[in-house]
Amino acid sequence: HSGSSLRIASAALKQGQITPTELCQKCLSLIKKTKFLNAYITVSEEVALKQAEESEKRYKNGQSLGDLDGIPIAVKDNFSTSGIETTCASNMLKGYVPPYNATVVQKLLDQGALLMGKTNLDEFAMGSGSTDGIFGPVKNPWSYSKQYREKKKQNPHSKSGDSDWLITGGSSGGSAAAVSAFTCYAALGSDTGGSTRNPAAHCGLVGFKPSYGLVSRHGLIPLVNSMDQFYHIFSCITKGPEAQNFIKSFIPILFQFCVFTSSYKEYLVPELSSEIQSLWSRAADLFESQGAKVIEVSLPHTSYSIVCYHVLCTSEVASNMARFDGLQYGKLTVDLKKNTKNPLIHHPFFSHRNYENYFIKAQKVRRLIANDFVNAFNSGVDVLLTPTTLSEAVPYLEFIKEDNRTRSAQDDIFTQAVNMAGLPAVSIPVALSNQGLPIGLQFIGRAFDDQQLLTVAKWFEKQVQFPVIQLQELMDDCSAILENEKIASVSLKQ
Amino acid sequence: MAAPVLRWGCRGRRWALACVDGGSCYRRGPPTGSTCDRIRGQSSVAQQPLHTAQKPRKGEHKWAAVVGLEIHAQISSNSKLFSGSQVRFSAPPNSLVSFFDASLPGTLPVLNRRCVEAAVMTGLALNCHINKKSLFDRKHYFYADLPAGYQITQQRLPIAVNGSLTYGISAGKERGQVIPKTVRVKQIQLEQDSGKSLHDDLRSQTLIDLNRAGVGLLEVVLEPDLSCGEEAATAVRELQLILQALGTSQANMAEGQLRVDANISVHHPGQPLGVRTEVKNLNSIRFLAKAIDYEIQRQISELENGGEILNETRSFHEKLGCTVSMRDKEAKQDYRFMPEPNLPPLLLYDATSLPTGADPQQVINIDQIRETLPELPSVTRERLVQQYGMLPEHSFTLLNEVGLLEFFQNVIKETRAEPKKVTSWVLNIFLGYLKQENLAVSESPVTPSVLAELLDLLDSRTISSSAAKQVFEELWKREGKTPGQIVSEKQLELMQDRGALEQFCYSVMKDHPQVVMDVKKGNSRAINKLIGLVRKATLNRADPAMIKEILEKQLST
Repeated sequence: HSGSSLRIASAALKQGQITPTELCQKCLSLIKKTKFLNAYITVSEEVALKQAEESEKRYKNGQSLGDLDGIPIAVKDNFSTSGIETTCASNMLKGYVPPYNATVVQKLLDQGALLMGKTNLDEFAMGSGSTDGIFGPVKNPWSYSKQYREKKKQNPHSKSGDSDWLITGGSSGGSAAAVSAFTCYAALGSDTGGSTRNPAAHCGLVGFKPSYGLVSRHGLIPLVNSMDQFYHIFSCITKGPEAQNFIKSFIPILFQFCVFTSSYKEYLVPELSSEIQSLWSRAADLFESQGAKVIEVSLPHTSYSIVCYHVLCTSEVASNMARFDGLQYGKLTVDLKKNTKNPLIHHPFFSHRNYENYFIKAQKVRRLIANDFVNAFNSGVDVLLTPTTLSEAVPYLEFIKEDNRTRSAQDDIFTQAVNMAGLPAVSIPVALSNQGLPIGLQFIGRAFDDQQLLTVAKWFEKQVQFPVIQLQELMDDCSAILENEKIASVSLKQ
Repeated sequence: MAAPVLRWGCRGRRWALACVDGGSCYRRGPPTGSTCDRIRGQSSVAQQPLHTAQKPRKGEHKWAAVVGLEIHAQISSNSKLFSGSQVRFSAPPNSLVSFFDASLPGTLPVLNRRCVEAAVMTGLALNCHINKKSLFDRKHYFYADLPAGYQITQQRLPIAVNGSLTYGISAGKERGQVIPKTVRVKQIQLEQDSGKSLHDDLRSQTLIDLNRAGVGLLEVVLEPDLSCGEEAATAVRELQLILQALGTSQANMAEGQLRVDANISVHHPGQPLGVRTEVKNLNSIRFLAKAIDYEIQRQISELENGGEILNETRSFHEKLGCTVSMRDKEAKQDYRFMPEPNLPPLLLYDATSLPTGADPQQVINIDQIRETLPELPSVTRERLVQQYGMLPEHSFTLLNEVGLLEFFQNVIKETRAEPKKVTSWVLNIFLGYLKQENLAVSESPVTPSVLAELLDLLDSRTISSSAAKQVFEELWKREGKTPGQIVSEKQLELMQDRGALEQFCYSVMKDHPQVVMDVKKGNSRAINKLIGLVRKATLNRADPAMIKEILEKQLST
């Protein structure tokens, strides 16, 4: 059933309770109904239905490809998809139809997944709101949830009406909204500074960034090659393992042997909402009560992460954009005869003069940041626990008061250092805030110890029982889809 | 040879060049020395009266040229440096282009093991230090045939550094003398080739062929230890032979597998180096020498006429034989180098650092590559000199002509003739015929075994040396006859009948009593006249040595 977990849908397909085509059509109809969320740039209806048909044949012949066969998924529009336009939400790539599939996309398709479409993002994944692409901002489905609406009614100061909708966070906001609104069961995102964990936290989803180097980036149109990593967004982690067949199989470990750490020191910034802060410490208490040892560690260089990221990011971005010179892609804006050059690749951090001053220095700082994590893990820590974001999702009108760069600098504060160090991290939805909006906490693991990280995160997720988004009003006649869904009421807050 | 006054309209200006001897002595006034050695010698004794307080008369100033080379050699490999596309010359345009080569967004580089091995091998052959850790960088510039907007190269830490290349310069008048010279190799770096732009001026459009885009290159950077076109040309020729011997590059300049950029400046010895210009894309050894010598002369005249040298890029105009400025003077190009984020450091190992249990498919062992190095040209030449007693100069000629060494060795293998005889025939007669008709060794009408057969006839004294030359001329006509056939058809055999020859000698002596008297009076040279007369009488079929012996015997009685 749509709205249920990937595991349940997979079981239903296997037992013949629903056919891949039926499942696909339900998702397509939800995509149409939730079009106003602007989650998708391209809906690949024909492709998905054809894939569903093939999947159905396989099920009939008893030749299912596995847990993902017949499962609708979505892919962020910066992953190359063969024969399907891939825009990066930029005019530069408008009309670009890649001739090949990104490795991760191909692997999902090889396991029988149905590609519903390409999801919205900030242009070239540069942003933290999914508000800055040429196709317009993505709306957070939680803006229309029963939980949020009811809390809003109770607050006499809040404005009413649709103008008050919330951002999803970003840059993988389209993928998060797509999963959150039940239009697919899992989606691919990309994460250079927090681009998947951030919208996952804002949309009440699990957002997992594997260790750098664990999964191929081939076909992901790069932002910052040395930090980019693809992501999965799931509605909950129990759905994770199926989609991660190609990462590694899930090996349960005994969490009692783990030592958990909250790095209070540097991550306790004044802007952090008191609600999140309190959830963070409750989470630590929960682990402690179950026998884990919780200690506080210091990551002294983390505070330099954002500024360092800014230097490295702009240089690599400028270089990666050099191919978009108007000859092969986009419009020719350069007069070749005058031998002028693409202004994008003339970023100040990038000139020869500034190489030593900025780039080399930033790389050194990056090493220090990575070493902080190494030291922490060497001191016997297994997993780090931090907030994912400073606050819950904010209304669009508030978000756009600041420019993109300032916003990214603020919003990536907890997530960014992880990309610098190439570590695996996962954001888990924990509870709803006073406003009725999701709050996420982030677990950070040792490099290439993604299994242990996910095991811990899975256990934690089970404990907190995050509530499912209630979109009855939004979906009106889709209530049947949701009827079997139990609304979990146990949360950390209680 | 005195260079004529050159005129051309490149910059709306006339150049009057002083005479140049062999294009390599940069001195006003009558030429004295022949090659660059003189200039090099002067630069090492630069403190001599050249620069006394007394201002030298105009024209007395001596100039030294400083030349450094950047050589791009296309690696001989099946596939490109970072993609699986085939490498092939003259394939249909854009038929060898992978998504990566076309810079489709999201594509990633995968390093070609063969290219790394070729770089290590070349580094070892050029006496380089091989860096066990090297790095890849992006070099950014905007050009239509560089679709990524950057080239992946090794700027910060190349794979090989600090080597040397030894080459030999013919000393000129003294026959067979070759003076060894050394140019330092600054570094060897792995990098990508660019695509090709084909400009269609008629329709004013540019066509791009990406077949070459991404092919592996070895950039060999030579320190500015050269001082004239001849030195540069000889050094590049030697490098070409080394690359071909190693098999790391076919190094065919006509096919663009070896391209040379030359950095050139002139200065007065003992003074700081002058401003340099770069002459780009020299694609033949002859043009390389010409372009360098021209550019040196241009710089000298420019300076002597009170002008200044701009730090600029120039190209060599093959028809006009001059260098032309390629770009307007603009600020020095900033390539905005940065580390290539998609490629980790390249790590190499040797016997001591090889991790135990390492999969040989996954690591490159420098020592193992060292063991597989073939014989290098310098060693081959030394072997030729020692084994066959030839002059060093001859060993150079044998290696310099494509296929000539192999031809020579095949003749040696099949003939009983002395190696010296073979050397002389291959280098003088055989090569002479080839040059005259501008043929390559592979196009020769005479095969090694045919020449071997001919030399056997000569060696067994079946024919005389002059008859052999006659036979060779016949062979060159491609009539498919063997030397033996030609000899018998033309009756070129030496007279073996001693009695008959004695009869000829007797008749000649009888007919020329005056000459006989001269000999008897002690004029030793007069006997040669008799020999000549006997040979003539035998239609050149008699062995002169035997004639001489018989005559001496008869005269002494």
